[in-house]
Amino acid sequence: MDIQQKLAVLADAAKYDASCSSSGTSKRNSVGGKGIGSTEGSGICHSYAPDGRCISLLKILLTNFCTYDCLYCVNRVTSNVQRARFSVNEVVTLTLDFYRRNCIEGLFLSSGIIQSPDYTMEQVVEVARVLREDHDFRGYIHLKTIPDASPELLQRAGRYADRLSINIELPTLQGLALLAPEKDGTAIRRSMARLAVHIDDAKGAARDSSVTSIVSMPNATPRRAKPPRFAPAGQSTQMIVGADAADDVAILSTSANLYGAYSLRRVYYSAFSPIPDASFSLPLKSPPMVREHRLYQADWLMRFYGFSHEEIVPKAQGGMLALDVDPKLAWALAHVERFPVDLNVAPRAMLLRVPGLGVKAVDRLLIARRVRQLRSDDLSRLHVPLKKVMPFVVTADHRPDPTLTSHRLAAQLRPAHVQGSLFDA
Amino acid sequence: MAGPTVTNITLAGETDWPGFRNEARALLAKLISPAEVAWHTPASGAADLFSDSDVSPTSPLVAAHAHGPINLVVPSSFVTLCETVILHNDPARFGLLYSLLWRLVHEPALRHDPLDAGRVKAQHMAQSVRRDMHKMKAFVRFRTVERGEGKPPLHVAWFEPDHHIVEAVAPFFMRRFTQMEWAILTPERSVHWDGERLHFGPGGERRDAPAPDAGEALWLTYYANIFNPARLKMAMMKKEMPVKYWHNLPEAELISGLAADAMARSGRMVEAAPTQPARRIVPLASEVAPRVSNAPHEGIAGPEDVGRGAFTEPTAATHPAQALTALKKATDRCRECPIGEHATQSVFGEGPVHAALMVVGEQPGDQEDLRGRPFVGPAGRLFDQAIAQLGWPREQLYVTNAVKHFKFELRGKRRIHKTPTQREAAACLHWLESEIEQVQPRALIALGATAAKALLGRPVAVTRERGQWHDCPRGRKVLVTLHPSALLRGDPAEHEQAYKAWLDDLALATDWLKHAV
Repeated sequence: MDIQQKLAVLADAAKYDASCSSSGTSKRNSVGGKGIGSTEGSGICHSYAPDGRCISLLKILLTNFCTYDCLYCVNRVTSNVQRARFSVNEVVTLTLDFYRRNCIEGLFLSSGIIQSPDYTMEQVVEVARVLREDHDFRGYIHLKTIPDASPELLQRAGRYADRLSINIELPTLQGLALLAPEKDGTAIRRSMARLAVHIDDAKGAARDSSVTSIVSMPNATPRRAKPPRFAPAGQSTQMIVGADAADDVAILSTSANLYGAYSLRRVYYSAFSPIPDASFSLPLKSPPMVREHRLYQADWLMRFYGFSHEEIVPKAQGGMLALDVDPKLAWALAHVERFPVDLNVAPRAMLLRVPGLGVKAVDRLLIARRVRQLRSDDLSRLHVPLKKVMPFVVTADHRPDPTLTSHRLAAQLRPAHVQGSLFDA
Repeated sequence: MAGPTVTNITLAGETDWPGFRNEARALLAKLISPAEVAWHTPASGAADLFSDSDVSPTSPLVAAHAHGPINLVVPSSFVTLCETVILHNDPARFGLLYSLLWRLVHEPALRHDPLDAGRVKAQHMAQSVRRDMHKMKAFVRFRTVERGEGKPPLHVAWFEPDHHIVEAVAPFFMRRFTQMEWAILTPERSVHWDGERLHFGPGGERRDAPAPDAGEALWLTYYANIFNPARLKMAMMKKEMPVKYWHNLPEAELISGLAADAMARSGRMVEAAPTQPARRIVPLASEVAPRVSNAPHEGIAGPEDVGRGAFTEPTAATHPAQALTALKKATDRCRECPIGEHATQSVFGEGPVHAALMVVGEQPGDQEDLRGRPFVGPAGRLFDQAIAQLGWPREQLYVTNAVKHFKFELRGKRRIHKTPTQREAAACLHWLESEIEQVQPRALIALGATAAKALLGRPVAVTRERGQWHDCPRGRKVLVTLHPSALLRGDPAEHEQAYKAWLDDLALATDWLKHAV
């Protein structure tokens, strides 16, 4: 099999992983180095595929041979999919070539489980080692870690990688036991805990070493050695949405727990999409992409808008987020008694709950209102969706119609029902 | 036209920031208002028709000194804003910036008003420039030119930015590709990095850049295969990768074909009957799980039946160390109370079999839950400090908790410790009893009320009963004192005194260690 065919098979096998982030790691560049590569804080999306997803990293599997039989996975042992395997050097060469062309920020490497979790992890870590040590590559590396691999291998992975991730796969332990018989949900959480401890320790060591004296006298004691790095961009995970029967309440509660327990940078949600050669036991239909989108919005509300996971899904919704309106608007419609909010006096926490106002807009309003009364013009200059915001706010020159009941508001704000098309999902 | 006299200022170039700054300062000092200034760059051609281009700058006799020197202190964020906006392609940018500078000096409130129309307009221009810079970092594509004669290959790219950003973005490519020789050509400017220095020159043409090479086919293969046809979202793609960039992106040629084919491909996947598995795996007898039926909304199986039944009490024949290992495994699976569901793992006791003293805390905290070991969080560190001061040998202590899983509530992104209920502590009691059974300590220390109740079998008022030995129902001596976390929570002013009293309590157990064999 030539490299073109391998790349086709092993990129195809990797496309179900939603993560693409290349941001949030320590700053480095290749000045004074022997190779190429830099990371400067914000990630860069070098291209976009027609599925609307960004291409930031070369996202591939080392191999799609796998001994596990996870029903939702295209690479499960019982699937008839075409198999391939890269050598360590093939991945290294591809990464460097795409990087030189400025097509990628770095590498996101994952793998099917071959021989044993430790053997697989060793191969994955070796790719990162060769890139870092033999080629002095200073771009971004994200490694998918195998939860059952030994702690020593996780330790080495963290030394070379910017980010590590372990997929939680399904929102509940029961769902995982049912669909992925070889995966152990508690072992996955234990590995996340281990990573969280390593990441935190490395951060603590970095903090301690940065407070050493900055005297550079000829005979001064040498500075303490730099603490070993460990995944400076933290860890993330992914949950598949719609492969099992878990509802949105269960999903958000699992996410909230993962954020709280393991300080994850991101939980990615991946709408279960039909795979070639699907299993008998899974829903064979278009991926629930609107639901995935609503989950991301809800996740944002938890992380940046001060919502707790219990309050995002309305009680009357049977455990599911509304699909026709975003979760923030849904919450506002369910709590009309908390509105209208006076933009000139309300606290930040309440401004953040106004539909259509983002964090940046809120912060600007807060600064501006110290020097003068806010008026509706200010909102139009902020580029916020006025139709959505105005019914919920009071400004110096605007009061919403007091007769607007939640019911009428909802009717006014819900998008007209259109036949969903593949092109605007 | 009898308008105000206009001062014409011609800058050295499109992005002449130092020139602009100096001119603006001079104009401000002469109190020349924004309406009286016309800004030009060499490329912008003739000055406008109505201006008197030979006008000498307004007389320096303007009584600036009568008002004292003008306050030219502007927020540093404004300087940053200028440096970005000046790269914009709108000829009106200099006028806008000068009018903002003028107003910042003359209207004190402006600096606190981020929603002022002029400031918002400048912000949008800056955003547009930043986006253009970002897209240049993203969409520049190098192709290799072999130069022979032992020279390293040259990597050349063609790019068409919207604004005057080449100088501003070049250092990024220098930092990223320091060990590579490269050049970026654009219609207006070109830049070349020779490994030592950046050289800027006049613009070029698209045909000056190299044609696709063989290696690019790999990138196209990757692009075509990382795309998921079941998730077609063209609008989203165009928003982030505007069509105007496509003609310089090799992969863009594939887009229309991939999109056209996507409907058919995903339709085929949905309609395809599920296939026969490639090979049957014989499931282990213990691992036969019922599979979900094809009805998508059918609930999944209930929670596994774990708990007491999953563990058989160690027999007398088992070595205590092995028995403890088995117990540790079993507590991990325990679901007799709801706490275990949300914890990472159970945290079992640590220490030697037949330790002289067993120290029992309340429950693992956040750090213990992550690390799977008892007494490693802040309270654990305080306890370590205490035993170091008492001179107790660590190898004679066995430390554990009355409850084996971490109970918490989420507050935002933090897990806040929650005291276990009586029922939860009672459900966990048999694990502690088995632990005592195996370790056989000569005496025990109960840290806090939960541990005291577990060991003495009755509610204990710790503040009243601390510092005393009590008899536990099984005949061992139990010393009751505070949990170290109570000291951490207490009034900082009384901290030292409280700590001393706590040490005195603990010291009562020292004799048990001395007599240890």
